[in-house]
Amino acid sequence: MASQGLCPSIKNILLLDSEGKRVAVKYYSDDWPTNNAKLAFEKFVFSKTMKSNARTEAEVTLLENNIIIYKFVQDLHFFVTGSDDENELILASVLQGFFDAVTLLLRSNVDKREALENLDLILLCLDEIVDGGMILETNGPLIAEKVTSHSLDADAPLSEQTLTQAWATAREHLTRTLLK
Amino acid sequence: MAQPLVKKDDDRDDEAEYSPFLGIEKGSVLQEARVFNDPQLDARKCSQVITKLLYLLNQGETFTKVEATEVFFAVTKLFQSKDMGLRRMVYLIIKEISPSADEVIIVTSSLMKDMNSKIDMYRANAIRVLCRITDGTLLAQIERYLKQAIVDKNPVVASAALISGIHLLQTNPEIVKRWSNEVQEAVQSRAALVQFHALALLHQIRQNDRLAVSKLVTSLTRGSIRSPLAQCLLIRYTSQVIRESGNNTQSGERPFYDYLESCLRHKSEMVIFEAARAITELNSVTSRELTPAITVLQLFLSSSKPVLRFAAVRTLNKVAMTHPMAVTNCNIDMESLISDQNRSIATLAITTLLKTGNESSVDRLMKQITNFMSDIADEFKIVVVEAIRSLCLKFPLKYRSLMNFLSNILREEGGFDYKKAIVDSIVILIRDIPDAKEAGLLHLCEFIEDCEFTYLSTQILHFLGIEGPKTSDPSKYIRYVYNRVHLENAVVRASAVSTLAKFGAVVDALKPRIFVLLRRCLFDSDDEVRDRATLYLNTLGDDGSVVETDKDVKDFLFGPFDIPLVNLETSLKNYDPSEEAFDIKSVPKEVKSQPLAEKKATGKKPTGLGAPPIGPASTADAYERMLSAIPECANFGKLFKSSAPVELTEAETEYAVNVVKHIFDRHVVFQYNCTNTIPEQLLEDVIVIVDASEADEFSEVFSKPLRSLPYDSPGQTFLAFEKPEGVPTVGKFSNVLKFIVKVVDPTNGEIEDDGVEDEYQLEDLEVVAADYVLKVGVSNFRNAWESLGPDCERVDEYGLGPRESLSEAVYTVINLLGLQPCEGTEEVPPNSRSHTCLLSGVFIGNVKVLVRLSFGLDGSKDVAMKLAVRSEDETVSDAIHEIVASG
Repeated sequence: MASQGLCPSIKNILLLDSEGKRVAVKYYSDDWPTNNAKLAFEKFVFSKTMKSNARTEAEVTLLENNIIIYKFVQDLHFFVTGSDDENELILASVLQGFFDAVTLLLRSNVDKREALENLDLILLCLDEIVDGGMILETNGPLIAEKVTSHSLDADAPLSEQTLTQAWATAREHLTRTLLK
Repeated sequence: MAQPLVKKDDDRDDEAEYSPFLGIEKGSVLQEARVFNDPQLDARKCSQVITKLLYLLNQGETFTKVEATEVFFAVTKLFQSKDMGLRRMVYLIIKEISPSADEVIIVTSSLMKDMNSKIDMYRANAIRVLCRITDGTLLAQIERYLKQAIVDKNPVVASAALISGIHLLQTNPEIVKRWSNEVQEAVQSRAALVQFHALALLHQIRQNDRLAVSKLVTSLTRGSIRSPLAQCLLIRYTSQVIRESGNNTQSGERPFYDYLESCLRHKSEMVIFEAARAITELNSVTSRELTPAITVLQLFLSSSKPVLRFAAVRTLNKVAMTHPMAVTNCNIDMESLISDQNRSIATLAITTLLKTGNESSVDRLMKQITNFMSDIADEFKIVVVEAIRSLCLKFPLKYRSLMNFLSNILREEGGFDYKKAIVDSIVILIRDIPDAKEAGLLHLCEFIEDCEFTYLSTQILHFLGIEGPKTSDPSKYIRYVYNRVHLENAVVRASAVSTLAKFGAVVDALKPRIFVLLRRCLFDSDDEVRDRATLYLNTLGDDGSVVETDKDVKDFLFGPFDIPLVNLETSLKNYDPSEEAFDIKSVPKEVKSQPLAEKKATGKKPTGLGAPPIGPASTADAYERMLSAIPECANFGKLFKSSAPVELTEAETEYAVNVVKHIFDRHVVFQYNCTNTIPEQLLEDVIVIVDASEADEFSEVFSKPLRSLPYDSPGQTFLAFEKPEGVPTVGKFSNVLKFIVKVVDPTNGEIEDDGVEDEYQLEDLEVVAADYVLKVGVSNFRNAWESLGPDCERVDEYGLGPRESLSEAVYTVINLLGLQPCEGTEEVPPNSRSHTCLLSGVFIGNVKVLVRLSFGLDGSKDVAMKLAVRSEDETVSDAIHEIVASG
């Protein structure tokens, strides 16, 4: 990402599972040019933070000149990374926005399975929070609304929509296992 | 994967519950993507396939050029569908695939249609997608829509356009700059984020126009900004304006400070913190300005949110480096953070306390840290060790408890980097605090008795060999060293043999016993150890054979190895085994410039202990060695002092030159370090021509040009002057760099034969009185002061006139004299009206000087100073007064 001057910028947002594997990640900076560099960073951050208790309040640490704000729920680990001269509270507001939006989108069932089954929503959510490193929106409910606005306009309400989606996924899954 | 296959299948079934993407394969998903081409589109099915594609990309899977193109073309068909959910996924995947320029054309019209859609979500997303994938040519076509979008009543659309503007400004600044009016309107938007994005874009459009930025800040700080994020931006811009405007010294008021201070009362924590941070980072911030910022940060320290505590303690930690007294008020809150769950916070708290602590609190602090050390990670421990080292240098009288602490943690478990940090610290303390030497050496001896790191063992043995013989009872170290010969691997054994020899060379009383030990080493199983033992036995004159003169032996054992290893290696390779013995004197001492590629590889060498002689005293050593290699300097005597490099060029110019002033008793040598930053040039016969007309007491003795200066490989040229002996002669020199330029083809390194003579103007250089003073601390100033006695004391009073603050006056005088502040007295407590500062050092001619400065604030700004000097020579005491009187 080219320099944004004095503007607050986000280097990446990570959503990992309880083993440090990717659920969904988005990088906005060139600090990690290859997939291997990215994976190494994720592994490093995960191993350095996994022992801490970040379940009630977001926690923070400084690793390799990056500020990392993180929060864990069930088997999901949320991370937001910024450079070490960034205002920690701005980064924390991005994490909080991401976290709130995901909680709303997953109807409070925030765990890995639910996240993967609604991966489209998670990816759209990431897309609505940060654009090329610039903060787009930090208000959780607003982000969630932007992600789901299409389904609100459509006939089916959100709850049914996700339920039918879930059914569809389940059905598809079944056929695949049967065919194997 | 040592599990049997059947088991693996079981595992899969278990996991199948968890992931809807189990067993997903790129090939099959690409097959599935054919549904995009169906005449009757199944929106949900298509969405699912896109999600799968995105999942693959997100997991790090890559598509080949052909695959990406295929997916892209298929996806473009989906614009036919009216399903909004599907459209969102289409936008997303187009951004992820980022099609090439010629492919973009296909979607342009669809996206442009969406940009004018009635549905806000379409407009916003289409703008973001189009701006992401477009190149400059298309921009002119859509510019009109973008300008409209910036002032769209829907905030999401406006934000999308503004953000796109920020990205496009990097590539097409001239177009984006035309949107100024619309952006300015958007700054007044009611929507918080629109305001933020508009402000960011507006500032970036104007950032090169200082006046415009200043105007922008002036108008906005009056308060039309509501969004916290925009407020943070404004604070950043404001401090930038303050930085660039310099201090408004007439009134003593800082412009915009009131605005920053008012932000400390904002309701959003984000803004409060940004403002507090901005205030602490102001240039030469005064304690009055700091106080309100420190107060809010102190409140954050006891917040329930870890992020707030971390942010506050990290900022206070930085403040403590420059204004330790300002942070002391927070010490109680800071101490409670030592037990913080979050170890990053605890470590920052500890190191802040170590910086702000006073002599009396050291012992209590150490007790708390001892409990804390056992449960933090190595990288945090290193930070703590470094903080303790600087604390010890600040309060040398406390060395006993700090040294004990270091030796205790040295015994505990820990990785290499951690142990190395501790050993480094002990070595530095031994070097700087003479009283700590014997205790420190014994701690190191104990450590090598049970040290798993060969590198550290050899470094410590080397250090013992240099320092051990100079102690009051060298014999007690012999046992530790000889134990190594019994118990360790070959590398350590060889190093121990060298150390033994050094003891033998310096301490005559130990010589016979050393011979006995060395002779035993002749039966070692390792070649190197045996060779070393034989060599040392011969040089030290075992069995009454021809004893070389004492000086030769010491030179051989302790002298620096001043031949570049690369040169020695090439010479040895070229050496033809013949009658004639290899003569080390035939090896050239000049360092050849290495090829670039090679240099990069060696560039990341470890510093610190990695440098040949243990401890960081090596810059002085390196200078001494470099100068002794110049024959003309041979009769100059001992090098008294080398200054820090002074830059003679601005940053990022064609040629970077800085100069180091080497002071001898009757000579001054300027060492010009030149770097050529132009890959297409090779400089030859580089020399600095100096005009010394404003330095009449100096006369040039010799100059040593630099034969060649290739790109990016620094070289040195030297110039020497003679001056009256033992006096702090001052003068001003103007410099011109002269050289012959030859053109180089950077692709193949070919050099053209013809060169052109050229000159390059450098900045002036001054030799000042402080150059003749060496910073040498004393551990106990009072004792030293008493022992010098009042015989050569000179006392006088000076009026320093109006000063910005007391600490600024203290700082100026310290810099003027170039002496070492003792016992942390260089820091002035906030709001004090008087201050005493203790300085010590060595004046040229090796005369010890101690200075006691008493400052007083007289009236509002006038500073008065009483200067008392004690030294071994009254002329030196007078000279110090003269420096102040003339400075």
